[in-house]
Amino acid sequence: MAVTVRVPGPLRRLTAGAPEVQIEGATVAEALRNLDGRFPGFADRLYEPDGQLKQFVNVYRNDEDVRFASGLETALEDGDDLSIVPAVAGGR
Amino acid sequence: MSHLPPRVRALRCRACGTEVPVGPVHVCEQCFGPLEVAYDYAVVARTATRAAIEAGPMSMWRYHMLLPYEDPAPPVTLGEGMTPLVHAPRLGEVLGLRHLYIKNDSLNPTNSFKDRVVSVATSWARARGFQVLGCASTGNLANAVAAYAARAGLRGLVVIPDDLEPNKVAPTAVFAPELVRVHGTYDEVNRLCSELADSQPWGFCNINLRPFYSEGSKTLTFETVEQLGWRLPDEIIIPVASGSQFVKHHKAIEELVDLGLVPDGPRPRLTGAQALGCSPVARAFASGSDHIVPVREPRTIAKSLAIGNPSDGADVVRLARASGGVVVAVEEEQILEGMELLARAEGIFTETAGGVTVAVLKQLAEAGRWTGDETVVAYITGHGLKTVDSLSGRTELAEPIPPSLRAFRRAYPELVNPDASPWRASTG
Ligand SMILES: Cc1ncc(COP(=O)(O)O)c(C=O)c1O
Ligand SMILES: [Zn+2]
Repeated sequence: MAVTVRVPGPLRRLTAGAPEVQIEGATVAEALRNLDGRFPGFADRLYEPDGQLKQFVNVYRNDEDVRFASGLETALEDGDDLSIVPAVAGGR
Repeated sequence: MSHLPPRVRALRCRACGTEVPVGPVHVCEQCFGPLEVAYDYAVVARTATRAAIEAGPMSMWRYHMLLPYEDPAPPVTLGEGMTPLVHAPRLGEVLGLRHLYIKNDSLNPTNSFKDRVVSVATSWARARGFQVLGCASTGNLANAVAAYAARAGLRGLVVIPDDLEPNKVAPTAVFAPELVRVHGTYDEVNRLCSELADSQPWGFCNINLRPFYSEGSKTLTFETVEQLGWRLPDEIIIPVASGSQFVKHHKAIEELVDLGLVPDGPRPRLTGAQALGCSPVARAFASGSDHIVPVREPRTIAKSLAIGNPSDGADVVRLARASGGVVVAVEEEQILEGMELLARAEGIFTETAGGVTVAVLKQLAEAGRWTGDETVVAYITGHGLKTVDSLSGRTELAEPIPPSLRAFRRAYPELVNPDASPWRASTG
């Protein structure tokens, strides 16, 4: 399963500036693990020590917040987009 | 004039304390926490005196020394701020509060408190050479960004969900921003704008300009304290959507104390107001944790408060608790009654968000929260004309009558009967 991960500005240092990278993974968790394998540092930035996503990290699979699906266990399909977006925005 | 060194020192992460140079960034690279403006308070203290503030303009810019705009060019302003703080004796009587005040921030240039934040963001963005001023919005922010972009001669870019009422869109469209309609919810529009801000050289007020934008909210509290005669109130009731302004009111109070503008003493309780149809912060507060569970589909007439995934929610819960405040949510009918109560008791017409604030005030008063001697201030942050549709059908209109005294007497016998008139006591 190859998916496109969209990397937000604050984390592009980890991908040498690349805004998008192709990653393999059958679930969100697996894709993020493989992302960290290829670009070490992601796990640190995205996860609490207890393995939960950090408070300010939102992950979207094809525009859907994975917290509204099965969280980190959400299944991925070939060609999916996975976006990592900081939560800090808003105010209408 | 002597030259002061810059007062804005850096941007600092509110969650982990990491500092980065000042720029159009809003997220900490280490932990994704929110970046805040960090001042050199030794520099601020040299100009932040009561006398200097009182001698300043009759706008929020009298507090320029506590705002992150230091360019020699004047800020982009439409006269925002210094809105009335009015004593509310009749509403206070209903609620059993002798010292109840309304900070009527609906009387800003585009009729909501958003003019404060957008004035700062626009000034900063223009000085930094941005040519596009954008936002994700459902109404109040769109209105302010469109107006201030026009005022500054910048291109406005307003991104909105496509299901907004025409009444909300027209007052923004008149300024001719680029108005992008998106098939999706506000939270989805917001995410799209986050990704746009990451890939285009545009300034989005509530995204990459957020550290500067959000500082503008502090002036609401600075002014309130000044208007009370440089005295801290006992409690402030604040409407909560993203929670940004709530957090900044706390910062404002600490700055006032630290700079000696008010004596050190008990801080106000900070109380948050939400609508039950979108109350992730009130729910976290009630649950005893500060973990925010996002609301996927907000359902409330208080659309300006309908943020399902509030970025500053956890900090609101913590600050409310630490100050002795609460975060409470109210039903739709209470919101409408709150709007009517404020209008009828004090002559102030607020939008649904203000209805939420008044309804929370009433609910807490009825639950016996106050003895009656406390100084309580309610922040009324938007004007009633913005959500006038929410009141349709609330008041039945009488049949028209011919323009004659005879017809008036026939139609309203009880008003003209000297014995039965409900106005008898009030006629002189
Ligand atoms: C009228 C009004 N009041 C209050 C708020 C809440 O502000 P915040 O998002 O800072 O919590 C908003 C917008 O979000 C608003 O438009
Ligand atoms: Zn941080």
